[in-house]
Amino acid sequence: MTTTSNDPPVPPGRSGPSGEGSGGTGTLRQRPAVSGARVPVRQRGGGPRPGSSAERRRRYTQIYGRQGSAGWLFVLPAIVILGIFLLVPILMALFVSFTNWSGLGSPFASSTPLVGASNYTHLFTVNGLAREDFMTSIRNNFYYVLLVVPLQTVLSLGLALIVNGRLLRGKGFFRTAFYFPSVTSSVAISVVFLFMFLNGGAVNALLHFFGINGPQWFSDPRGVIQIILGAIGVVDPNNPPAVLANSHLLGLTTWDWIAGPSVAMCAIIALVVWTTSGTFMLMFLAALQNLPIELDEASMIDGASRWQRLRYVTLPQLKPTLFLVITLGLIGTWQVFDQIYVMSQGNPAKTTLTPAFLSYRTAFKDFNYGSGAAISFVLFLIIVLMTLLQRWIMRDRDRPPGGRRWFGRPTEPPVEDELPLPVVALAVGEARRP
Amino acid sequence: MTITSVHLRRTPAPAKHAPDGSTRGRRIATRVAGYAVLTMFALIFIYPFIIQLANTFKTEPNASSDPLSPIPHPFTDASFLRIFDGTDFPRWMLNSVFVTIVVTICRVFFDSLAGYALARLHFRGRKTLFASVIAVMAVPGVVLLIPKFLVLNQLGLYDSYTALILPTIVDAAGIFIMKQSFEMVPYEMEEAARIDGAGIFRTYWSVVLPMVRPAVLTLTILSFQGSWNEFPFTLVAVQSPQYFTLPRGVANLVSGSLGAGTQYPLKLGAALLATIPVAILFFIFQRHFVRGANEGGVKG
Repeated sequence: MTTTSNDPPVPPGRSGPSGEGSGGTGTLRQRPAVSGARVPVRQRGGGPRPGSSAERRRRYTQIYGRQGSAGWLFVLPAIVILGIFLLVPILMALFVSFTNWSGLGSPFASSTPLVGASNYTHLFTVNGLAREDFMTSIRNNFYYVLLVVPLQTVLSLGLALIVNGRLLRGKGFFRTAFYFPSVTSSVAISVVFLFMFLNGGAVNALLHFFGINGPQWFSDPRGVIQIILGAIGVVDPNNPPAVLANSHLLGLTTWDWIAGPSVAMCAIIALVVWTTSGTFMLMFLAALQNLPIELDEASMIDGASRWQRLRYVTLPQLKPTLFLVITLGLIGTWQVFDQIYVMSQGNPAKTTLTPAFLSYRTAFKDFNYGSGAAISFVLFLIIVLMTLLQRWIMRDRDRPPGGRRWFGRPTEPPVEDELPLPVVALAVGEARRP
Repeated sequence: MTITSVHLRRTPAPAKHAPDGSTRGRRIATRVAGYAVLTMFALIFIYPFIIQLANTFKTEPNASSDPLSPIPHPFTDASFLRIFDGTDFPRWMLNSVFVTIVVTICRVFFDSLAGYALARLHFRGRKTLFASVIAVMAVPGVVLLIPKFLVLNQLGLYDSYTALILPTIVDAAGIFIMKQSFEMVPYEMEEAARIDGAGIFRTYWSVVLPMVRPAVLTLTILSFQGSWNEFPFTLVAVQSPQYFTLPRGVANLVSGSLGAGTQYPLKLGAALLATIPVAILFFIFQRHFVRGANEGGVKG
């Protein structure tokens, strides 16, 4: 870096020392290469004819030459770190997922047994404990996503709409109160919720106050749908009908598949909705504050009711943010780990087991790194598919063909041109949270 | 456009001087209902912290018999004494402070450096690099646990401070944020600096970087918070208790030797102490953070 700062002070785009005083009108006005112009700007004065290839090459080195080395120098630390600790490890894990490495020695030593795709087939086609655990974790996480994503989206949007009210006093207070849980440590907050959801804990004390006998949260493996079916008398949860209990799909019975989230999982769902809604509220709030007030006023003059204004004026304009919040929700909820680790470790009766936790447990507790890595890659695939599916569903049908499609161009993230920067900043911050 | 907007701004006024009784009544009712809903939600969002604070100062029998009460009865600070005497809490805290400070400084420096190059410097492969940064950002963190363990293990770094720090000193999200904000700086500033004889690094360091101070602050806060709260990565980077950071230590208190269901005042107290630094940071910078949120909106 010192080398670049000691370079002679030749402003880019100038033709050497002669330009120093006699540059005339042209030199200072031109937009030099730093301006980001793709095509170097024409130079006036002497030298080869602009446009000739020799001239172009000369100018390219002159303008971009030093920037080239400086540019690479600037990004070098980032490339090295991301390469060694992100790209290489992914390839290593892909290799390990085809082995039965147990954690002893190097996984790349010749003594490591290669097992082909068996770690993957054991998750899907081979009947056994691995598939049963994996499918259970997929079921658990599916119900978790099904509840968390809509709940947190609706709650954060609702809170944002109320906090954004023009006449509201104490905006700052409410905004802070709702946002604060999002910034705290997931481990610390899990401890608090674990305490609150103890059998004789604060939540049950509160429910008791309203005359409700709360469940034994973290020791209750019953599925919510099973409980509801039992309560309305359709089936007896202790003795499910044979058609449900004896039919199998991918290692689980139909009765297990339709169980719904367990009571224990519901406590974790409550915690997660509670912690994440704040960030998403802030995203909606930033988007709401960027909406042109004229549209709202115009619709008010036209006699639109409060509901109509929300439905036909505000919500359509919030679509990019809604899109982002749902995508981040889908990405984040398939990664739930910290809360499971601290609060339940997958218990009771594996009903809070998730693929992320199962992958960790398989590798670091059962010392089956190959299978753990395989689960990680399947999870990766699920997350990618969720994102693509969601983009496809929410794609903008009004966009003229040939414009940006739902895939987006790789250099241009889809959020970039439609959302204010702080929303993007919040979003990338959020996306990193497992 | 100007004419219409001026016109529009004025028109809601007539509503003011012709409200019949029922409209006004309904409006007041809506506002009261709005405040009621908000207050209820604010209570839901705040009360867990009150429970945490109150139960930290309760005796264990009191905490289990009356967990909902915001007032400890009797009041005791015994749990804090046990946190500092009976656990490795001070060690975890020092580790957290050390790791967080190093990671935050490195991240802000390296991320902004790379962000500047991607935003302003011309070099071959720039577009490909930026596309890779976006791709890296999309990789979910939890999927990387086993891969990161593998590489740390292979390099012989597993179970060391280097393992905790080195893989996290650059993050793609930070590079992205910095690139976006560098692109909003007017070119004229850089041109002037170059003409005055500043080299590329000096232009970046003394001219352009100070102009994106809000973004640097945002990145600093995000990095600090992220590093302070980081938990899953510590599971695969270290195993000796001497390297535990606060989240790891607190998680160990809950799932480890103390077991579930006991000593809650101590656990809640440890969790409370682990939350405080980020809470302070949040209350100091939140205003700035949200204000930045509104200014950035100009970009549209």
